[in-house]
Amino acid sequence: MAKVERELILPSTKVSPINNDNPAVINIETSETLPVTKYDRNGCRKSASEVVSIARTAFNSCKTKNVAFRRQQLKNLLRMFDENAKALEDALKKDLGRPRQEASSFDVEFTKNDVITMLMHFEEWAKPEKPPKPLPNALDQICVYNDPYGVVLIISAWNFPITLLLGPLAGAIAGGNCVVIKPSEIAEATAQLIAELIPKYLDKECYQVYLGEVMETAELLKERFDYIFFTGSTTVGRIVHAAANKYLTPVTLELGGKSPAYIDKSVDMEMTVRRILWGKCSNAGQICIAPDYILCTKEVQDKFISIAAKVLKEWYGDDVESSPDYCRIISDKHYSRLNNFLADKKNIAIGGKSNAANRFIEPTILVNVNPNDSVMQEEIFGPILPIVIIENPHEAINFINAREKPLVIYVFTKSKTVKDMFANNTSSGNLSFNETLFHFTVDTLPFGGVGFSGMGSYHGKGSFDTFVHKKGTLERNFAAITEKCTAFRYPPYSESKTNRISIIMRPRRGISCKYLKPLLIFCLGVIVIIIIQLIYYHVTDKHLL
Amino acid sequence: MYDSTGETTKRSPAEIVQTARAAFERGKTKSLEFREKQLRALLRMYNENLSTIMDCLAADLHKSKQESVVLEVEVLINDLKNTLQHLKTWMKPQHPPKGLANMLDNVIIYNDPYGVALVIGAWNYPLQLTLLPVAGAIAAGNCVVIKPSEMSPASAKFMAQMIPKYLDNECYHVYLGGPQETQELLQHKFDYIFFTGSTTVGKLVHAAANKHLTPVTLELGGKSPVYLDKTADVNVAARRILWGKAINAGQTCIAPDYILCTKEVQGKFLKAADTILKDWFGQNSKQSPDFCRIVNDKHFQRLTGFLKNGKVAIGGNVDQKERFIDLTILTDVKPTDPVMQEEIFGPILPIININDAYEAIKFINSREKPLSLYIFSKNKRDTDLMLQNTSSGGTCVNDTVMHFGVETLPFGGVGCSGMGSYHGKYTFETFTHKKSCLYKTYGAIGEKLGSSRYPPYSQAKINLLKFLLKKRPEISFHYLPHLLMFGLGVAAAFGLKYAFKYMEYIGENAN
Repeated sequence: MAKVERELILPSTKVSPINNDNPAVINIETSETLPVTKYDRNGCRKSASEVVSIARTAFNSCKTKNVAFRRQQLKNLLRMFDENAKALEDALKKDLGRPRQEASSFDVEFTKNDVITMLMHFEEWAKPEKPPKPLPNALDQICVYNDPYGVVLIISAWNFPITLLLGPLAGAIAGGNCVVIKPSEIAEATAQLIAELIPKYLDKECYQVYLGEVMETAELLKERFDYIFFTGSTTVGRIVHAAANKYLTPVTLELGGKSPAYIDKSVDMEMTVRRILWGKCSNAGQICIAPDYILCTKEVQDKFISIAAKVLKEWYGDDVESSPDYCRIISDKHYSRLNNFLADKKNIAIGGKSNAANRFIEPTILVNVNPNDSVMQEEIFGPILPIVIIENPHEAINFINAREKPLVIYVFTKSKTVKDMFANNTSSGNLSFNETLFHFTVDTLPFGGVGFSGMGSYHGKGSFDTFVHKKGTLERNFAAITEKCTAFRYPPYSESKTNRISIIMRPRRGISCKYLKPLLIFCLGVIVIIIIQLIYYHVTDKHLL
Repeated sequence: MYDSTGETTKRSPAEIVQTARAAFERGKTKSLEFREKQLRALLRMYNENLSTIMDCLAADLHKSKQESVVLEVEVLINDLKNTLQHLKTWMKPQHPPKGLANMLDNVIIYNDPYGVALVIGAWNYPLQLTLLPVAGAIAAGNCVVIKPSEMSPASAKFMAQMIPKYLDNECYHVYLGGPQETQELLQHKFDYIFFTGSTTVGKLVHAAANKHLTPVTLELGGKSPVYLDKTADVNVAARRILWGKAINAGQTCIAPDYILCTKEVQGKFLKAADTILKDWFGQNSKQSPDFCRIVNDKHFQRLTGFLKNGKVAIGGNVDQKERFIDLTILTDVKPTDPVMQEEIFGPILPIININDAYEAIKFINSREKPLSLYIFSKNKRDTDLMLQNTSSGGTCVNDTVMHFGVETLPFGGVGCSGMGSYHGKYTFETFTHKKSCLYKTYGAIGEKLGSSRYPPYSQAKINLLKFLLKKRPEISFHYLPHLLMFGLGVAAAFGLKYAFKYMEYIGENAN
């Protein structure tokens, strides 16, 4: 068992007094000076171990156990959105060239709703649950406490730098945890803004923002957390999972994958094209649940292409690059990765333009793509949509099942048989019929991957449940009858004791304390009527009815 | 050495996993009928081999019949019966409530099996801790590779021989072997891994799961403390604590590991304990048929080392030949003694003196989160204080181990005592991926409402989207069933009255 203790233990690394001239962090044990990055000056001056130790001390002070405290923090978070909506939208514009409508509905409003959901329900969720009592426990109390884990780390992705960071944060706060928040350094403007805003609105000890690049994140991951919530790529997800091994920290990994869209000829093609292209063009395809590629017959492909050309013109005009409603690619690295997919011009049916100067890539549809092409080997995460020809739904299902489990499968069809075929014979994080992206907004649906697309899920109550440990509790009394009923278990053992326990433990069909309450209420109804009748008869000497 | 045990073990891990995966991909385990048939076969396996099971457990651990029945076979049988009763309901897709934006849509959560699951069992309850999760994995529709612990060889052999006789040979496999074989097995891709055992091995399993990002449940251990205060009925408390420590000779992951109490309570406890242990096991517990032995020499050596810590207040006898260690209570133990540094996992019970509940909480919180916490007190305030200010896998107030048997409570650790939980419906859910699903139609109204999301963007569109996505309080139907039940009661009362009147009327007419 690891010997790291949980409370009142001083951290092994300490920070030298903060001095603007020399912000170097010194590890006292090894006396080595850790390299200084720009983040030491701008955002977070504290070392990873100091941040974590402040959070741990705050958690141990039981501050966050208080439900009223959590409510206040959530309200402050909500106020942060209301008072800084414009600044947040501007930061997104700077990082991703995101149009105001996308920034407003996907990021600000959506995340606000997450916080509102928590505020509406978390007190009820935080109460100990009372599961039904099995018969042998009729004399006991059983309940499940929702214990906060402790200090939680949330690492977020750059494509929705607010939603994917502050949505889980709301759940972690509601669950009563202290949180270290690590925004993605790739969406730099947003990260800086978050680092500025969070300390203004939330408790400074319980909720801290830690900025940094790969090296700083590695430092952070060496610390002990009680839960890690990660959104990002499978590669980094695996590094996070490996780091969690040291203290066996439970993790939620929200990863990606190639999410296929199957289209058959029964659909309303106009609507289908709009829904798919909207899912692919929002944020310029940089969405973990964007449709990655299309599976359809040659005939459907032709129809799709002719309508898609019309729809894109309607949305973005003749020159997409000049449209204010279309995002840019996040970085040069991603731009060149995506641009390579456009090298082979013969497959391009629509689009294909790009501009390295402003990292613009036009919505591009590739037709008759070979499953072995490079564009089919990794998650595209950009506005390029390959179409792979298949003959029928069986072939589509085989194609999907031959690959890693995707985060979501989109199926466009009116046929009930085809829907059921996909629902029963494929495995994916989520499944969506005749629509893209929207399943993400339904907060009663758990959102999360399976296999290489992730582990764990969240949204709505799921976000709260992710950050609490369900502590099962049995409470027994010292009453003589309780002791008598359970005394058969003690040695010396005998045949008759063994048999008696077997009889008590046996599950019984239908007998459960679950039905006791409705039965009592039923009886109450009967009794109330009888009493009313008696009173009525007594007063008026007549029968009621 | 494992080749002699049966045909299954001759196959390589690669072959086994491949067979299981092929069977899963053919959809063999998808239907309710198939799963029910397998679960019934498993039930039959227990019922038809009771005496063999007793013999195996006696050979491995000198387990008495009562403990074998009550803590192994009955637990498995009852769990299977419970699962069979509810499986149909559990498997049904759920229909969660939906918001305004999805009024016209259908939202469903499917219960998808993961695929091929690996269940690695422990030796202390060799059947129960292996086959309880297996039943859940079968119920959830997975194919399963079962790896029993090599440290309980008789039970492992039993499973290797019997499972293929009763369960489907393609979907469910038993693979025998030691650490080497387990490492080989872990090289392969599984869709879920369920491990019961030590934290050290748990870490190895977790590390192996990294390759394919396989989700894992780790059922580990830890030092589960007992807090005993002066308000508790010390005789009853002592019986319940000692029982938890005596079963399986303390080799239980949720056995009380040590006691926290005041010096005064310690005195009363020791007095009560002395009488109780004599009652249970007689003057010489080595002679008692009801007391287990230590599983192997390595563990025996480790445990006898602890007897040098503090002062032996009760017990202390050992017999190397039989690997017998008497139920021993140690006093004057220092928190820094070796016996307080690792999970004891044997019949040795140290007592640490503290002054009050606060000190106890501090002591518990300064160590790794335990698998269980036991609180013995009649004082409601102190009990709540402990429950709310400590973190443990589970808790049991005024008893030990019994929370394990409540199928509606999730059982599992937190922190170093494990991750994930199971029992009852939770076992089914452990092996199930909740696949959420949105069904949208091509209705014109839905498209009209949703079209505000398309470019070109405008402020009017932003406002409409805000309105549609805005979170609204849901109408709660929480009390509706109760109200209906009440109404039904009222209606029934009236109905009865009419029935009486009608009978009277008939009676009068007849006269």
